Amino acid sequence: MLEVEFPGINLSVFLATMVVAAMPVLLAAIGELVVEKSGVLNLGVEGLMIIGAVCGFIVSVETGSSIVGIFGALLAGASLAGIFGLLTQYFHASQVATGLALTLFGLGLSALLGQSYTGIRPPDFPVPDFGFLSELPVIGILFFSYDILVYFSILLVIVIWWFLKYSRTGLALRAIGENHNAAHSLGYHVTRVRLAAILFGGACGGLGGAYLALIRVPQWTEGMTAGAGWIALALVVFGSWRPFRVVFGAFLFGGITLLQLNLQALGIAINPAYLSMTPYIVTIVALVVISRMGNQTSIRAPACLGKPFDAPK
Amino acid sequence: MARFFDAEEISKTYPGVKANDRVKLSIDSGEIHALLGENGSGKSTLVKIIYGLLPPDEGKMLLNGQFYSPQSPRQARANGVAMVFQHFSLFEAMTVAENIEVGMDDPPSRSKLEANIDQIGKQYRLPIFPKRIVGDLSVGERQRVEIIRCLMQNPKLLIMDEPTSVLTPQEADQLFATLRELSSEGTAILYISHKLEEIRTLCKRATILRTGRVVNVCNPQSRSAQELAELMVGSSFAMASKRTPSEVSEPLLQAVNLSCKAATEFGVSLSGVSFSVGKGEILGIAGIAGNGQKELAAVISGEATAVGSLRFRGIDLLGKSITERRSLGLLTAPEERLGHSAASEMSLTENAFLTADQRMVLSKKGVIDWKKTKEFALSIISQFDVRVTGVDSHARALSGGNLQKFVIGREIAQIPESLVVNQPTWGVDAAAAAIIRQALVDLASKGGAVVIISQDLDELLEISSSIAVLSCGKLSQPKNTNDITRNEIGLLMGGVHGSTIGSETSGAAA
Repeated sequence: MLEVEFPGINLSVFLATMVVAAMPVLLAAIGELVVEKSGVLNLGVEGLMIIGAVCGFIVSVETGSSIVGIFGALLAGASLAGIFGLLTQYFHASQVATGLALTLFGLGLSALLGQSYTGIRPPDFPVPDFGFLSELPVIGILFFSYDILVYFSILLVIVIWWFLKYSRTGLALRAIGENHNAAHSLGYHVTRVRLAAILFGGACGGLGGAYLALIRVPQWTEGMTAGAGWIALALVVFGSWRPFRVVFGAFLFGGITLLQLNLQALGIAINPAYLSMTPYIVTIVALVVISRMGNQTSIRAPACLGKPFDAPK
Repeated sequence: MARFFDAEEISKTYPGVKANDRVKLSIDSGEIHALLGENGSGKSTLVKIIYGLLPPDEGKMLLNGQFYSPQSPRQARANGVAMVFQHFSLFEAMTVAENIEVGMDDPPSRSKLEANIDQIGKQYRLPIFPKRIVGDLSVGERQRVEIIRCLMQNPKLLIMDEPTSVLTPQEADQLFATLRELSSEGTAILYISHKLEEIRTLCKRATILRTGRVVNVCNPQSRSAQELAELMVGSSFAMASKRTPSEVSEPLLQAVNLSCKAATEFGVSLSGVSFSVGKGEILGIAGIAGNGQKELAAVISGEATAVGSLRFRGIDLLGKSITERRSLGLLTAPEERLGHSAASEMSLTENAFLTADQRMVLSKKGVIDWKKTKEFALSIISQFDVRVTGVDSHARALSGGNLQKFVIGREIAQIPESLVVNQPTWGVDAAAAAIIRQALVDLASKGGAVVIISQDLDELLEISSSIAVLSCGKLSQPKNTNDITRNEIGLLMGGVHGSTIGSETSGAAA
């Protein structure tokens, strides 16, 4: 994970790397945000990410195209989430237990699938050519140096923010997460909307994992998500279910992760175990502080989060 | 001439229960038609069928002469049928405008919608600010949101499910004015309630259901409340006798300046609550739920801590644990019967043991005396007419009314020196409510000091010797029941304390 070779020399390089470091968590978190807004708690984000990572990697290597690999990851994440959706929405299995099982299942399955793929380098990921723009000092690095997935992710966040706030479907999704019985009696399809949200969240989690394996690292290592899925879950909660706060949290997490790596590389006399802890602690503390500010009603969890819905017959 | 709405031979069977049995219902346009019945009489099944939430097994409906069979609420709304639910179908974290938009099939732009809300609010005297978060609104304001949501669709048939159960008398009067205005414009209204007095003032025709069947269609204004109640129940029963206030006795349970901070953001803080109840007295605490009722009951039972003074038989209670208070003879029955009063997965015997152990001595040196406990449970069942297959039934298997009789009976059967009950007859049918009220009156006449916290004003006026009103965590000065008017209570319920006008209305979840 040590792609920063000269620590702390250039702020714009640092910020640009931070954006890249934040991407996997950001993608997984924004997907989970939509899932939780619909009232479903999927604790299997870690499993979704690792399955996305391994499937994206395998498909990329086998087809020689990382773009095709990305679609593989989307499909893999959505499929695994589909199992979760089926179990929790149609068979009324416990969301907590199923989510945890999903993580364990994903970790195990990915280790099995990825056995013969360790140590291989995946095909390069395309970076768009911005011509002279990317040559500009500072601005070039900060805004025009990324792969297409970064631009896509930022666009995705904006679209999701708009979707939840202004679109009619987004309103229905929030309503279902807030009070599923009322939404049902107004004629909304609670189970259907939730399943769609779960599939979307799964695809996002898979995409986040693939970003890790194909771009950020890039190679396949067993258990390489290393708790990123759990951080994504925490970001959603401490980001008060708001897209831009979640993005802020993801960037903060990415930034501190880099910083502590830089410090470790510089050989600062702090036990590396403490340094490795800092991203998790700082991110959560910062978001807790933010969430204590302002109106308490507006930062509440969706009222039906994690509650099973059984349509009256 | 055909009626505006006709339902013929509607039947709906659930496993083991015939919820609707060949029900007939007809409503004219511009009519406010009452649908009366006890809990479980099939009222809600019938309206769910009309609103497209449930398909009937048999029967047909005609709307405006056309065959009508809605497959979903959406289709019902498209046909001009709208419904205001008893338990609000609102979304607390969203604004008023968003709440209304989500219930519309073809909403206009947000700014136009907000203008429409204002306009309807003015026209029907339902003022509301569209940008407010529903979670911050009072219960009365929330109901306005529900009604406006319905009115946005220009309904031809409006269904109101027990709309006044959460309103102050003044708010109810205002609602009636709105409903009369709608009916004069030709909107048919199906009005569901078990409050007989309000039906007698509002409706000219009533359909009465009992165990899924129509037992009578009549003009409620030509019947007495007692007659209507007997039609609903199917047998005659005695109303609880009124407790005449006895001579002033020594206060047994006394609170002075009792305050406690809200435990959660949706809770209510109690501030400066003072009252005293003597032997043989019944103090009624009126007020709309969510104004500190739950908190007050918890402070008295010992579940919540408070500052101030709370004395029972002269002993300071505030440092005492729940068990110590029970041993002293102060018992409490909380509002929520399943999950708070009773453990749902445990048998009635086990549930009887849970609160009666100390007072009835049901265990010796930590070993439960099951024989004695069972006898105690059986005595509750027979004394309070709990309809149940046996003492081994799980609490959750009992209907609401039966379980309520059991959990209140369990406390009364211990013959406490003082009993505090919260919403003792909530969701209980009239006959069961009468039994519970009579038992409370009997307890007082045996010398018990009783505090009844209730939303049902009629109940309090019927049996309590004095009444105080809890509003926004403040308790009004208790007054002799004979010296207080309904109007006065209503103003106090609305938070008019004279000195505290403008205090924030509570937004507690209903």
